[in-house]
Amino acid sequence: MANRAQIPTSNSALIAMIADEDTVVGFLLAGVGNVDLRRKTNYLIVDSKTTVKQIEDAFKEFMTREDIAVVLISQYVANMIRFLVDSYNKPVPAILEIPSKDHPYDPAHDSILSRVKYLFSAESVASGRR
Amino acid sequence: MSGQSQRLNVVPTVTMLGIMKARLVGATRGHALLKKKSDALTVKFRLILKQIVSTKESMGEIMKTSSFSLTEAKYVAGENIKHVVLENVQTANLKVRSRQENVAGVKLPKFEYFTEGETKNDLTGLARGGQQVQQCRAAYVKAIEVLVELASLQTSFLTLDEAIKTTNRRVNALENVVKPKLENTISYIKGELDELEREDFFRLKKIQGFKKREIERKLAEAKLLAEDQFSLKKGVSMNSARNLLSAGREKDEDIIF
Repeated sequence: MANRAQIPTSNSALIAMIADEDTVVGFLLAGVGNVDLRRKTNYLIVDSKTTVKQIEDAFKEFMTREDIAVVLISQYVANMIRFLVDSYNKPVPAILEIPSKDHPYDPAHDSILSRVKYLFSAESVASGRR
Repeated sequence: MSGQSQRLNVVPTVTMLGIMKARLVGATRGHALLKKKSDALTVKFRLILKQIVSTKESMGEIMKTSSFSLTEAKYVAGENIKHVVLENVQTANLKVRSRQENVAGVKLPKFEYFTEGETKNDLTGLARGGQQVQQCRAAYVKAIEVLVELASLQTSFLTLDEAIKTTNRRVNALENVVKPKLENTISYIKGELDELEREDFFRLKKIQGFKKREIERKLAEAKLLAEDQFSLKKGVSMNSARNLLSAGREKDEDIIF
């Protein structure tokens, strides 16, 4: 069939991060940071000075890198590049939206849950009926 | 649409009828099997959805706890741990491994995380706040666990979505295009065969009629001939005997007055 073998079974893949400073520092403390020989990192710290273009480029790069399996992205950053995040439909790497310190988790904006919204509009969490 | 339930263009023979019937049986069986597959996938899909929703909520909670412990650590160990940590990044210790799981014929990815090597502890929190830093690290590692599980749920979700769409497309195609076409073709072939049979029957009957008339005609001729033969044996033919009688009647009237 046409869509077989698109999920690579790898033995060790990294977790990429695009988030604000505190979140990234926390995860780096846990040990997910990686800097390879060409000084390419698997994380991007987003602060008030980062442009949308930089975020887009980092996102696209993480998506195309073969050794990254999961991309953690803060929800407010995801809102900045919402169109990129929504148009992406490969299963690997997986995009996870995480809350940040200043912006608590908002299920109404999550790209996965909003896709589900019109599948199960009565019972979905993302329908914002809270 | 041009002729929504068209039929296939075939030669209407008995062999083709057999072939079409076999194809229809195959299509029906395939349709039932695909429907079952689609139902199984949908059940799994709903299950995963529920899990995703609950995991996302717990993730929100866990992230809150971890950032709280990070703030604690920053407070105790001073603001500089940011830079120390950033300097310390070399190779990742926490990585994910991806496997494939087979669900109702669909390969779903599954991530599990594992630690490789030793966490570089060197300079963080050496001055003060070492315990807080350790706690913070533990909290973040737990957060990563939950996040990796969520990631694998999410990828399975997306893959299942695609698979369900494809299967449903096939089911609908079989139900609305392939089967009606085959059924129409079968009824067309049957119709043609019936018509041929009727033509044959009609032709046969006509020929029988001809033959019957031929036979009757020949029989009548033969009878006529047979009578003529019979009277010739007696010396005078029936026809000439009759003529004599009628001719004789006319002459008699002159004499008797």
